[in-house]
Amino acid sequence: MRMNQISVFIENKEGNLLTVSKILKDNNIDIRTLSLADTSEYGMLRMIVSDEELAKKVLKEAGFPVSITPVIAVRTNNKVGYMHDLLEKIPAEIANIEYMYTLPSEEGSILILKVANPDKVEAVLGN
Amino acid sequence: MIWNESKECMSRDEMMHLQSTRLVKQVKNVYHSVEHYRKKMQAVGLEPGDIRGIEDIDKLPFTTKDDLRDTYPCGLFAVPRSEVVRIHASSGTTGKATVVGYTRRDIENWEECVARILTMANIGSSDTVQVSYGYGLFTGGLGAHYGAEFLGATVVPLSTGNTKKQLTMMRDLGVTAICCTPSYLMYLAEAIEEQGILNDLVLKSAICGAEPWTENMRREIERRLHIDAHDIYGLSEVMGPGVAGDCKFHTGLHINEDHFFAEIVSPETLQGIPDGETGELVFTTLTKEALPLIRYRTKDLTSITHEKCECGRTTARLSRFKGRSDDMLIIRGVNVFPSQVEAALLDISEVSPNYLMIVDRVDNLDTLEVQVEVDERFFSDEIKELENLTKKITHVLQQALLIVPKVKLVEPRTLQRSEGKAVRVIDKRKLV
Ligand SMILES: [Zn+2]
Repeated sequence: MRMNQISVFIENKEGNLLTVSKILKDNNIDIRTLSLADTSEYGMLRMIVSDEELAKKVLKEAGFPVSITPVIAVRTNNKVGYMHDLLEKIPAEIANIEYMYTLPSEEGSILILKVANPDKVEAVLGN
Repeated sequence: MIWNESKECMSRDEMMHLQSTRLVKQVKNVYHSVEHYRKKMQAVGLEPGDIRGIEDIDKLPFTTKDDLRDTYPCGLFAVPRSEVVRIHASSGTTGKATVVGYTRRDIENWEECVARILTMANIGSSDTVQVSYGYGLFTGGLGAHYGAEFLGATVVPLSTGNTKKQLTMMRDLGVTAICCTPSYLMYLAEAIEEQGILNDLVLKSAICGAEPWTENMRREIERRLHIDAHDIYGLSEVMGPGVAGDCKFHTGLHINEDHFFAEIVSPETLQGIPDGETGELVFTTLTKEALPLIRYRTKDLTSITHEKCECGRTTARLSRFKGRSDDMLIIRGVNVFPSQVEAALLDISEVSPNYLMIVDRVDNLDTLEVQVEVDERFFSDEIKELENLTKKITHVLQQALLIVPKVKLVEPRTLQRSEGKAVRVIDKRKLV
């Protein structure tokens, strides 16, 4: 399944993350999951939200660089080895995974993958 | 087209003769009318008769901003107040404003000078000119306004601010030329792109000045707006916009030499330096009546050429400004100008030309941090892409500055951006 992730560039300065979370709250946007990758100077906040277009609009207005990135979401069965079983299905030549994180759900985790070739990867994963 | 061929295309000999006559007259005038100038000349044992022509100019003492400050507000005026028809002023960074005055003749000469430069930018009586410089004490708005009106163009005096109204007027009135600061034009270009109205406009030229900009910035403006952009130079002390401007060949700014005599001197030794070499620009106003300036040190760094231009004009040309002698930073012994950073950044499409330089000294070693805004249009959500971008910027800046800066990416629009002049440098070394 394809999902749209919203990515926000935030400088590592006091109160910046708080500003982002407040903007989302004020606009009634639900953060379903997030991952924060950081360097010493800035961070990349990647989120799956209830309304990514609205989130993009309001964050952009506040001056944050924002992009919407298509990612692949794969439901897992929460059994030992699920990640290995999944990764094994992806042929080496298209397995360029930029990053991944999980989205919790009632029927087990959903793995969010950012890959260089989403179409090809989706085809082999068969969902 | 050339507005005033008899002056702009004079032979060098004729020009020197005219300048000599005018200088001799001006020196006599200031000696007798302005106590401050008389005292300065007497202090070096100089009498008006010692100045027999333009070749004697280097005998005269320099005038600086301090002279204007010390004689605040009108101590350097050479005419009684009844002959002054206009006052302008520029805000000083250290408190007192610099007050300048104009007689009716000064205003007429100013109009003439601006009209010449608008003509260089292919603007004529059938054009509609939007003046988006600030009106008021600042010389930009009224200076451009009077020049454009003198030319016979239709003037739309919008002043600064209210971008929405600027664009509506530009579109609805069929504005063909705009006068404003280059950074404000970049800002307008962004707004025009955002609103998608470029095809509704008939804008063909821009005359930008009042702050230093680079050749790359000029090309960027031309590309984004599909226009020709021209440089106009001036400083309020000397007159205001219209002292010099560039023609369609963009090979330097033609000085209105019959009114302003330019010298290039070394900022350290104050000795004249040859054509083509960079130094501080010094102006003597040959015709100004209300506020004549003798060898006024502008602090602007540039070089000069006296070669005839392809356009047919013979007036001397100033090269693009390289910065200000008081803006020059010495970092680890290397001379660095903010304009170099700006020029380098314009070559990198992924970042905006907005930057802030922070100079510091850590353990007796100078450090330079350059904060650069990430351009939203090229924003990547992959950290490795951003790291590659940081490396690329560092490399480009290192090539340009000859020192290695620390580059920090910041959110767009976080760096101060204004319709006037932006803060580009914070030198923390001075605070210690
Ligand atoms: Zn020319």
